Amino acid sequence: MNNPLRHLAGFAAVLLIALMANLTYVQVFQADDLRQKPGNARTVLAEYDRERGTITVGAKAIATSKPFDGQFDYIRVYPEGSLYAHTTGYYSLIYGATGLERADNSILSGTDDRLLVDRLTQLLAGRSPKGGSVQTTLDPAAQTAALDQLKGRRGAVVAIDPTTGAILAMVSSPSFDPNPLASPQSSVVREAYNKLQNDPASPLLNRAIAQVYPPGSTFKLVTAAAALSSGKYTKDSMVPAPASIQLPLSTRKLPNYDNKACGPNNQTTIENAMRISCNTAFAGLGLAIGDDALRTQAEKFGFNKSFDIPLNSATSVFPEDLDRAQTALSAIGQYDVRSTILQMAMVTAAIGNRGIVMEPYLVAQKRGPDLSVLEATTPTEFGRAVTPQVAAELTEMMVTVVTKGTGGRAAISGVQVAGKTGTAQQGGGRPPHAWFVSFAPAKDPQVAVAVILEDGGGATEISGGRLAAPIARAVMEAVLNR
Amino acid sequence: MSGANAVTVARTTPRRRRFAELFLLILAIGVAAAGYIAANLGFSGVVPTGVLTVVGAFGALFLLAHLAVRRLAPYADPLLLPLAAFLNLLGLVLIHRLDLADADRAERAGRAAPSPDALAQLTWTSIGVALFIVVLFVLRDHRVLQRFTYTALALGIVLLLLPLLPVIGASINGARLWLRVGPFSFQPAEIAKLCLIVFFAGYLVVKREALATARTHVFGLDLPRGRDLGPLFIAWAVSMGVLVFQRDLGTALLFFGLFISLLYVATERRSWLVLGGVLFVIGATMAYFAFGHVRERFAIWLHPFDDPAGSAFQIVQSMFGLAAGGVLGTGLGIGNPQFVPFAKTDFIMATAGEELGLAGLFAILIVYAILAQRGFRTAVAARDAFGTLLAGGLSIVLVLQVFIVVGGVTRLIPLTGLTTPFMSYGGSSLVANWVIIALLMRISDSARRPAPPPQPTRDEALTQVVQL
Repeated sequence: MNNPLRHLAGFAAVLLIALMANLTYVQVFQADDLRQKPGNARTVLAEYDRERGTITVGAKAIATSKPFDGQFDYIRVYPEGSLYAHTTGYYSLIYGATGLERADNSILSGTDDRLLVDRLTQLLAGRSPKGGSVQTTLDPAAQTAALDQLKGRRGAVVAIDPTTGAILAMVSSPSFDPNPLASPQSSVVREAYNKLQNDPASPLLNRAIAQVYPPGSTFKLVTAAAALSSGKYTKDSMVPAPASIQLPLSTRKLPNYDNKACGPNNQTTIENAMRISCNTAFAGLGLAIGDDALRTQAEKFGFNKSFDIPLNSATSVFPEDLDRAQTALSAIGQYDVRSTILQMAMVTAAIGNRGIVMEPYLVAQKRGPDLSVLEATTPTEFGRAVTPQVAAELTEMMVTVVTKGTGGRAAISGVQVAGKTGTAQQGGGRPPHAWFVSFAPAKDPQVAVAVILEDGGGATEISGGRLAAPIARAVMEAVLNR
Repeated sequence: MSGANAVTVARTTPRRRRFAELFLLILAIGVAAAGYIAANLGFSGVVPTGVLTVVGAFGALFLLAHLAVRRLAPYADPLLLPLAAFLNLLGLVLIHRLDLADADRAERAGRAAPSPDALAQLTWTSIGVALFIVVLFVLRDHRVLQRFTYTALALGIVLLLLPLLPVIGASINGARLWLRVGPFSFQPAEIAKLCLIVFFAGYLVVKREALATARTHVFGLDLPRGRDLGPLFIAWAVSMGVLVFQRDLGTALLFFGLFISLLYVATERRSWLVLGGVLFVIGATMAYFAFGHVRERFAIWLHPFDDPAGSAFQIVQSMFGLAAGGVLGTGLGIGNPQFVPFAKTDFIMATAGEELGLAGLFAILIVYAILAQRGFRTAVAARDAFGTLLAGGLSIVLVLQVFIVVGGVTRLIPLTGLTTPFMSYGGSSLVANWVIIALLMRISDSARRPAPPPQPTRDEALTQVVQL
């Protein structure tokens, strides 16, 4: 029986050596990778031992580290609760970080290369190194107005300064309170997270940038821009606008919302088509200029590209390879056209900014722990979408939408507002999304806004104007009154 | 048989080496005392009060065990006791270190500190060592156990079934492995493990000839006769039963591996290994497709980062702990081993890996390796076939258990719930393992003892000695 015993002893040695080899792999070669994994509380904990920098709106801290007597030296608190939740994100021991907490972690935690000298100085002085701070571009009044208006509903608002691209408001509703997610007690964190995760309204989802929606009639701005840019049309050009059109190569018909023609003799001007959001006129325009022209125009506004603001936005889509029926539907923002709220705010802002699209940004300045400015964002052009002339014509049409058309509820007394309503069909029997995009003042815009209310619309075009326009107005007023 | 027996037997005055045992015991206690101080220093920067009392208590406990060995098993292997004591004491240090974290957490939450688990484990250590002495005292000849072959089988099966009973049986963490009477919980599988080793050894001593000689040839493979396959299938069925009714992969694998190993030792036929391997693959495949919890374990093992905060939380936290430890560890009391769930029981090696590092884990694994090697040596040196099989079984079960649990917490194999011998918190496991050491020392004492006058016996080893 001794030979088998020797073999067994040899086998035992093999098992133990396998354990050692695997341990070497895990603790030596895989270790760095594991330390970097999101949700590694030990790595977060090491960061908790130094004072993490603040995230501010103006001079007010919206995320800050508070000295804590316990397992960590500091805990993360969000004094404004849910108001800036999707901007700051959360900083959790268990679930890692999101939002600016994640995107600008190197500055906030003080591990950024630009803070190396600072870190060494602090270390030599015997103080524990601190993180730098991040100042956002947000406007507290606009942000508050947007969240108040969306309260109890699913939707999102993005407001942009058209001349710089600075984001003045970014709100997704329902929002959430990031404080329990940053709690030092893991049971609190877990309970809060599970509750948010299981909420059918998905409060953790940033609907402003991380979700795409069919843009519906707000996309008619892009179609109009493409048509006017082609040189073949002006806002006063007469175009066919019957009660419905037969979709090419299809048995389906595309009707207007009220099943009526948009003008006498089944014809109307582009401006009037915009004012009453005439589907047949814009579908016809789309067919006339073709899908390539529409796509080129959409891409000039920023479609088919994602943006790092520095939070990463979803990619808004104008699809490839469209047949004529699909082109007609795409021209009115249906079929597979998809847009983030940020993207439609950018389209609107560019029209207000004489045709120039600015890169959107959420961070104004990054500072070191000594408050020295490490980096200040300078407004950058993304590109020119339309000529100043086309932009001016589009603006005039959008003013008409508010003064005489579907967007009446966005009107602000004493200020000229340019806007466009939208009602995006979802299909599958679900109620449509209600959209509104606008900027003000029309001549010298200080703010451009895009609003969506999920499942918010009735069957008619009026819903965007009825439900979403007042929200846009409140946000614009908040910016203009500052 | 081989020369190892002859050499051992031929030595006229075998060295007892009891002073080596004493020296190593003192060393083990010294290392543990240093660990105890280091854990407190690292955690709170304060040297614990009463270090001398603690060291004195352990000193007295193991001195007692040492004296008992001198008297009751003077020729026993001198390494077994100190190695087991070292692992036990190191486990106590780690549990104490986790107690510090628990107390700290309770204080911060404004709760009263929970009663320290190290204290309970200390009590179990005393009971374990006492039982170690009792076994050496009562069991003067391990061959007596052979008489209880079928009693051991019956007892083992009853113990395995007990947790399935209503009222006293309890499920903890999904595995129905526990007995709960009032405040006490007990894992009978640990004791059942001992009973089954005694049964396998006793059964195979009797049946080994038949199992080894009567054979049929199939496809050039030397296979046992159909009727001799019965016990193999019974062992397989018991393992599958454990898996199905108690949802415990680890114990199932442990029992099956143990039985196949002993069959191989008893018969010296590799065909048993092949058959066992085939049955294992069949069982594992059936289990995978039949049971959701087995599939889930596999999925977690292969893709832990698919759900790091949910189903894979334990293994992911364990991996994070190991990564934090790196090569040299954070140092006792300085890491965060309390982040790993069940750090004191199933995941005690994650605690060791975090604070003592790869170096510390290597040291611990080498101690297990030496312990097992001394066990296999004892098996080889045993003068009777029952002793050989018993010692071999006790050794292989130790190695398999270490492999299954450490492999599980380090993601070498899917995670299953088993205790780390001597180190994990838990009375049943600790007591059972001290009995294992007592049995090994009893067998090794009889093997190294000066040869008794030849007696007429059918025992194989002795027959050969006579032929020398």
